[in-house]
Amino acid sequence: MSRVPVKMTINGRAVEALIEPRTLLIHFLREQAGLTGAHIGCDTSHCGACTVDLNAMSVKSCTVFAIQANGAEIVTIEGMAAADGTLHALQDGFRQMHGLQCGYCTPGMIMRAHSLLKENPNPSEDEIRIGISGNLCRCTGYQNIVKSIQYAAAKINGVPYQEAAE
Amino acid sequence: MNDMTPTQAERTGKLEGLGCRRKRTEDIRFTQGRGNYVDDLKLPGMLFGDFVRSSHPHARIKSIDTSKALALPGVKAVLTAADLKPLKLHYMPTLAGDVAAVLADDKVLFQNQEIAFVVAEDRYIAADATELVEVEYEALPVVVDPFQAMAPDAPVLREDIKDKMDGAHGPRKHPNHIFNWQVGDKQGTDAVFDTAEVTTKDLFVYHRTHPSPLETCQCVASMDKIKGELTVWGTFQAPHVIRTVVSILSGIAEHKVHVIAPDIGGGFGNKVGVYPGYVCAIVASIVLGVPVKWVEDRMENLSTTSFARDYHMTTELAATKDGKILAMRIHVLADHGAFDACADPSRWPAGFMNICTGSYDIPVAHLEVDGVYTNKASGGVAYRCSFRVTEAVYSIERAIEVLAHKLGMDSVDLRMKNFIKAEQFPYHSALGWEYDSGNYHVAMQKAMDAVGYPALRAEQKTRQEAFRRGETRQLLGIGVSFFTEIVGAGPSRNCDILGVGMFDSAEIRIHPTGSIVARMGTKSQGQGHETTYAQIIATELGIPADDITVEEGNTDTAPYGLGTYGSRSTPVAGAATAMAARKIRAKAQMIAAHLLEVSEYDVEWDIDRFKVKGLPEKFKTMKEIAWAAYNNLPPGMEPGLEAVNYYDPPNMTYPFGAYFCVMDIDVDTGVAKTRRFYALDDCGTRINPMIIEGQVHGGLTEAFAVAMGQEITYDAQGNVMGASFMDFFLPTAVETPKWETDFTVTPSPHHPIGAKGVGESPHVGGVPCFSNAVNDAFAFLEAGHIPMPHHAWRLWKVADGLGLHA
Ligand code: FES
Ligand code: FES
Repeated sequence: MSRVPVKMTINGRAVEALIEPRTLLIHFLREQAGLTGAHIGCDTSHCGACTVDLNAMSVKSCTVFAIQANGAEIVTIEGMAAADGTLHALQDGFRQMHGLQCGYCTPGMIMRAHSLLKENPNPSEDEIRIGISGNLCRCTGYQNIVKSIQYAAAKINGVPYQEAAE
Repeated sequence: MNDMTPTQAERTGKLEGLGCRRKRTEDIRFTQGRGNYVDDLKLPGMLFGDFVRSSHPHARIKSIDTSKALALPGVKAVLTAADLKPLKLHYMPTLAGDVAAVLADDKVLFQNQEIAFVVAEDRYIAADATELVEVEYEALPVVVDPFQAMAPDAPVLREDIKDKMDGAHGPRKHPNHIFNWQVGDKQGTDAVFDTAEVTTKDLFVYHRTHPSPLETCQCVASMDKIKGELTVWGTFQAPHVIRTVVSILSGIAEHKVHVIAPDIGGGFGNKVGVYPGYVCAIVASIVLGVPVKWVEDRMENLSTTSFARDYHMTTELAATKDGKILAMRIHVLADHGAFDACADPSRWPAGFMNICTGSYDIPVAHLEVDGVYTNKASGGVAYRCSFRVTEAVYSIERAIEVLAHKLGMDSVDLRMKNFIKAEQFPYHSALGWEYDSGNYHVAMQKAMDAVGYPALRAEQKTRQEAFRRGETRQLLGIGVSFFTEIVGAGPSRNCDILGVGMFDSAEIRIHPTGSIVARMGTKSQGQGHETTYAQIIATELGIPADDITVEEGNTDTAPYGLGTYGSRSTPVAGAATAMAARKIRAKAQMIAAHLLEVSEYDVEWDIDRFKVKGLPEKFKTMKEIAWAAYNNLPPGMEPGLEAVNYYDPPNMTYPFGAYFCVMDIDVDTGVAKTRRFYALDDCGTRINPMIIEGQVHGGLTEAFAVAMGQEITYDAQGNVMGASFMDFFLPTAVETPKWETDFTVTPSPHHPIGAKGVGESPHVGGVPCFSNAVNDAFAFLEAGHIPMPHHAWRLWKVADGLGLHA
C-alpha cells in the first residue's frame, strides 16, 4: 500500500515517518514511535485505554488516523514526568491513592485526567466521574481513581488534600 | 540505650510488613507507561496472526479456499485444520478432560469459532487476508437452549465423540450430555423434603457473562530452530502449567520451552485456559521459524475465550415453620457450550458447587449437576471467584430470601437462626467440606449496626405504604447477602490440574548486603503481588519490604506453581512464602548464635534481628547475618542464605462476609439506583489493607456489572449478542456506586500467617446482594423470583407485568 509522510511532535520531540494512510494513531504511537504506554482495550471507542492529548485535547487514539495528527502536538503518558524524572502530580496521585491495579487503563486514565484538570482545575467528585466516563477500568471500581485525581488537583493547586469521608 | 535507638514500633514500621498500607511497587512503572504487557513486545521479523471465524453457529464446512488470501502480498501462511491434523493438533485437550477444536475440522459448533489462522507481516494485512479466505458452509440445526440439548431428537453436536458414551466424569446419557455429578445424601434429603412443614423451589438462572479484562488474551511465540527452543510470552494466569501443556502438545522437552507471563492487564479467570490463538501462534512460529504474535480483539475476547456461569439451578429448601432449615436440594443444568473447557481442578466437573449450603448449618443436602453441550462458545471459567462458588452462593442467598418471604420472617433473622456457630468450627458441611474458621453472627451484627438495619426496614415499610397510596413511584430495596467462599485450591489429595497437584511455591534468596529477591509460582494480574509478598517476607525476615524484589511469571527462574486464580495466591503461595522465610530464619538463628558466641537456644527473634535472651543490646541484625552467611559461618555450615518451599495446603480457606445494599427503583423507568453499599469482609489476617480495600472495590464493581446488566446472550439462531462494549455492560465511573468497606478478622487456623484470600469475595457476595436488593424491592408486590441481569428495561418489564403501569 502506498505510504504518506507524517510529521508530529510527540512529548516535545519532532517525529517524522512514512505511513500507510489507514494507520491508526494508536498503532503509530505503539509500533512506530515505540511508545507502548497507551493501550488498546476495545474495537469500539469505548474503553479509553488509548487516550492521549492531541493539541491539548483528550482523544481516543484508536479513533484517529495518524495522518489526522499531522502537524499536531501529542502528549502521551511517557511525556508526563518532568525531565529530571519527577512524577507528575497525577502519576503520584494514582500511586498514593491506589488508583490502579493491573495498570492497563492507567496511562489512558491519567492522560484523560490531565486534560480534565486543565479544563476544570478544581472538579467536584461528580465532575470527575463524568469527566472520566469515557475511560473504563475493570479493576479499581473507580473510587480510588476519583481520589487520585482529587489528590493531584490539590497538589497542582497547592492546597492540602482532604479525603472526603466515605 | 540512648534516645537515638529506634523503638520497636519504629523498627517494625520501617519494614512495611504485615498490616501496612504500603504503596505499591508496581505503580512506579505503570503510572509512567512502562508496564511490560504482551502486545508491547516487538521482536525482529515478527509476524502477526489473525483468525478466520465462523459466521455460523452450527454448520458443516464444505470447503475452505485460502488461495486469494495467500496471494495477498505480505501474507506468509494460512493454517487450517488440514495443516494441524498431521501434527495431531487440530484438537487440544481441555482441563476438564474433553478436547476442544483448535481449528474447525469438518464442522463448526459456535459462532466465531476459529477456522483458519492467517499469518502476515503486520496486523492490517492479516486482517485483510482473513476477509479473503472463502469458507463454504452447510447450515445445521442449532441448539441454543440447554433445556433442549438432551431432547431425544436434538441434533448431535459433538460428532467427534458421539460414540464415546463414557466421558471424563462417568457415563453420558445423551450425545449432548457431558457428565452427571452428584454429591450428598439423596435418600436422606428426599426423606426430609417429603415431610417438611415448609419447602421452597425456584429456578435460579445465573446468566452467561464474561470476565472481560481490559487487556484481551494475547501471546508471542518464538521458535529458535538452531537451539530447538521455544519461547512463549503470553497472558497466562498459570504460566508454569502452560509450559507443561505446551511441552506435551509440541513434543519439545520442557526445559527447552520458556514460558513468560509479563505484566497482565487483568485476568479474572479469562487467562487460565489454553486457547486456539496460542496453539496456532506456536505452530506458525515452529513452521516459519520466526516470532508470531497473536492478539485477540474485543469481539473475539467476548465471543470466544471463556465465558462464565450459564448455570440453571433448581434450588429447594426444606424448613420448619419457625425457620430452621432442615435440608437443601439442588439440580443444576450447566451449559458448557461446544466443548467442556471449564478450568476446574480435574476431579471437580462442577467446581466447588457443593459449597452451596453456604454459611448455614444444614444437616442434609443433595446436589446434582448435569453438564450439556450447546452451540455456544466454551468456557465456564471462574470469573472472579473460586470454581463455581459464585453460582453456589447466589443460589443459597436467593433461596434464603425466598424462604424468609414465605415464612413471613426477616431474612436476617432467618440467617442468624441458621448460621454455623463460632463453636462449630472446624465445621463439616453436609456436602463434604471442612470450613476452617468463622464468626458469622458477630460479622452480621457488625454489618447490621453499621447500616442501621432496623431503621432501613422501617423506612421501607413507610415507602411501601406511600407507594400503595400512590404518593411515590420509587420502590426501596434492601439487599442482604452473607457468603462463605472456599478458596486456596488446594490440597493435592483432592485438587490437581492435569495431574499436577495444586501446591504453590516460593523461593527466597538473601544477597550478602541484605537485600532479597523472591520468586513465586503465582502470577499477578493486578493484585499487587510484588508489594504484598514482600510484606510477608519483611515481617518474617526483618528486611524492609523496599529491599525485596518479587518476581513472577518467568518459568525459567520462578519455582513451579499452579498460578493465580480462585483467590489462591495468598492462601497457597503466601503460605509458601512464609514457610520459605522461616527456613531462612532458622538458619539465620544458627549464624546469629555463632556470631554472638552463644548457643542457638540462647538467641531469640526480635523484629529485624536475633538478640541474646535477656541482653537486648547484644544482637545481630538480619542484614549482618546475611553478610556473615557469605563469609563467617558456623563450622561445617553450607554458605548462602536462601530457601524454597512448595506448599501443599492442608485445607482450603473459607473467607466470609456480610454485605448490605440499599437501592431505589423507579417503576416507571426501571432505573435502579444504589444509594448505599456496605461490605464487611473477613479474610483472616490482613496483609495490606489498602490493597484489600482496592480488591473489594473492584470485585463489587464487577458484581454490580453482572447483577445489573452484563450478559452474553444468543438469539434463537445462535447468533452471539453482546460481543462488544456496545452491548456488553461495563460500568463507567458514573454508574458505579460508591463502596463502603469494613472488616472483622478471623484468622485461618491452618495457614502460617492466618490469611485467607480476598480478591474474589466481593464478587461472590456482591452479586446476590444486588439481586436480593432488586428482589426485595418488589417482594411486597408478590413478584416472585426476578432473574438477573436487572437492567432498566427488564425491571420496567417486571413492573409492567405487575400491572404498575396501568
Ligand atoms: S482502544 Fe478502546 S477506546 Fe481506544
Ligand atoms: S487498573 Fe486494571 S483496568 Fe484499570
